Amino acid sequence: MTTAIAVRDVRKAYRRYGRRKSFGTLKSALLSGQLLSGLRPDEVLEALKGVSFDVPAGRSFGVIGRNGSGKSTLLKLIAGIGKPTTGTVDVHGRVSALIELGAGFHPEISGRENVFINGMMLGLSKREIVRRFDDIVAFAELEDFIDAPVKTYSSGMYMRLGFAVAINVDPDVLLVDEVLAVGDEAFTHKCFDKLAEFRRRGRTVLLVTHALDLVTRFCDEALWLDGGVVRDQGDPKRVVDAYLMDVSRVENEAMAREAVAIDISAHDAGPDGAAAGVQAGSQPDEPADMFRAVEGRWGTREAEIVGVELLGPDGAPAHVFQSGDALDVRMRVRAHQPLTDFVFGVAIFNADGVCCYGTNTSLEGAEPESLIGDGEVVMHLARLDLVDGTYKLDVAVHRQNGAPYDYHRLLHTFRVTSRFKDAGIYRPAHRWTFAGGIRVTGL
Amino acid sequence: MLDNLRRLFRYRALIQSLVARDLKARYRGSALGFVWSFVNPLLLLLIYSFVFTVVIERPPEDRLRPFALFMFCGILPWTWFQSSLLESSNVLIAGGNLIRKVLFPAEVLPMVSVLAGMVHFFLGLPILAAFFVYYGRPPLPVDLWWLPVIVLVQLSLTLGLALLVSSLTVHFRDLRDLLANLLTFWFFATPIIYAFDEAPEIVRPYLSLNPFTHLAIAYQEVLFLEGPFTQWRRLLALGAASIVVLAFGYFVFDRLRDTLAEEV
Repeated sequence: MTTAIAVRDVRKAYRRYGRRKSFGTLKSALLSGQLLSGLRPDEVLEALKGVSFDVPAGRSFGVIGRNGSGKSTLLKLIAGIGKPTTGTVDVHGRVSALIELGAGFHPEISGRENVFINGMMLGLSKREIVRRFDDIVAFAELEDFIDAPVKTYSSGMYMRLGFAVAINVDPDVLLVDEVLAVGDEAFTHKCFDKLAEFRRRGRTVLLVTHALDLVTRFCDEALWLDGGVVRDQGDPKRVVDAYLMDVSRVENEAMAREAVAIDISAHDAGPDGAAAGVQAGSQPDEPADMFRAVEGRWGTREAEIVGVELLGPDGAPAHVFQSGDALDVRMRVRAHQPLTDFVFGVAIFNADGVCCYGTNTSLEGAEPESLIGDGEVVMHLARLDLVDGTYKLDVAVHRQNGAPYDYHRLLHTFRVTSRFKDAGIYRPAHRWTFAGGIRVTGL
Repeated sequence: MLDNLRRLFRYRALIQSLVARDLKARYRGSALGFVWSFVNPLLLLLIYSFVFTVVIERPPEDRLRPFALFMFCGILPWTWFQSSLLESSNVLIAGGNLIRKVLFPAEVLPMVSVLAGMVHFFLGLPILAAFFVYYGRPPLPVDLWWLPVIVLVQLSLTLGLALLVSSLTVHFRDLRDLLANLLTFWFFATPIIYAFDEAPEIVRPYLSLNPFTHLAIAYQEVLFLEGPFTQWRRLLALGAASIVVLAFGYFVFDRLRDTLAEEV
């Protein structure tokens, strides 16, 4: 099998002229006396740090990675719009890059003229455009508007025309950078059909995208770029999963940092409990409506929740969980004076502020007897059956009449990840069966 | 370099279409439309005629009469030169989106600016002809053969400078403002609203250093002044020099090519 794209140890460094870019005129540079120092690069930013890979002809290749990982830079180098600082990029055959649709359309002239100019920019000859013109217009669904100036087009029409021209260049290697989210559903489907047709005809497609399901569905191979280096390459499903795991890990760390900050503030309030309690009780930020999602902490602090931890199935504190995992919510509680009237409560809210579930020990029939000194409360959830998303937690210790000792409002965040992008809030454990004349694979 | 030229040749249809688009788009939506191509140089001429015949009563020598016509012979090509350079100083920055997102030879853009300016120049020629008919002084047909040569020399010079200016402004944006002022100075340092030999003796050598001086003199001699075209040696020398300028401009552009997409 021949190689369509060969990338060998490619590095790309961008020089950044901090001062010069921020002033940008001779006058201001002279005024600030930085004419010469401003011309020296402040820092060199390496977007790609030695990337090598091959794409065999006829394969669909997906490139994934966080923002700023070098994906678009890589695509531009392959398209020939930039040159690598070191290393080589070899591409065999005609390349068309869908980086920005309709770049170079002139608003004042008609769609028809723009098709010709855009097509020629992408490397078609006039005759080729004439031959494909009807296809392009039909694909863009702009038959009635093709002679109107492009400035009168809606943004969807503009994008459609741009896509139609670019795809009709009929390249051997098609580079796509996150541009398929244009137009309505029907047009998106048409774009995918066109890409699939490309694949069938044995053309090479390189796709840079954040739509991971697209990579697993459409690509033969995936490449994960992270900070300008290749982190992983191979089977799309495996690479995407590895990427998602890493995203979870990073999110986990970020949330852990936030949680530490909250714990520290809790400890700060701890030492002189009574005094703090009086002040805290008169805090004005206690919301009138408890179910309006406002962050904060209030209460008399006669008892305090000094630490909250979420424990995953392995018993270790975490902030990112798989949907369906077991979850323990552990609260460390400290009473500054012996109490006999206390209730522990937990509630889970989703990112929209909708209460997914809320309960407390009183609702479930617990009779408080005594709370003295330090203690620990754990709420065990056998399964966390929530859909993919970010959730926030309320935890509280309060009197049976509801008067709070310590109420943590939406202070604790965790994430639920799922391979499925199903809708709603609750993800009941379920399975599908099919009988009769129905055959389904993949479930 | 040769590969680049071959590629450029492949893109000739694009250049053609872009020039046509430039002309079409420029006046789209204005009431007078294409007429502006004629009106603009006429208005400029009107201003200078007013200044030099009404405000400053400057009795021109007989050979320079009618003076408006003499000035017009220089103003028309100067307008081409000036607008081409001003436009190309901005063309890469304005087309930045294109350069960053589409793979095509960027030198197409300044070339289009220069060629569109040339088309405007050609559109001005019929007006000039009409003036000659009106004043009843047709230029010598023998001399007229030189006109295409002069135009070619100017084209080569302008293209070279446009390539230079367009690629350098991407890196040194101050050039844009400098250029606007430089061109004003350049205009007055060129014998357009005065004749070369009207300038004081000591100034003339400096005027001769200005390449556009020779172009302006060539236009004036061929189109306006009586007698045969005498300055053809200078014109050919300038032609050779302008080819060097073009090669140098293209060389600089080519060297900066890879940095353009990053800097615009």
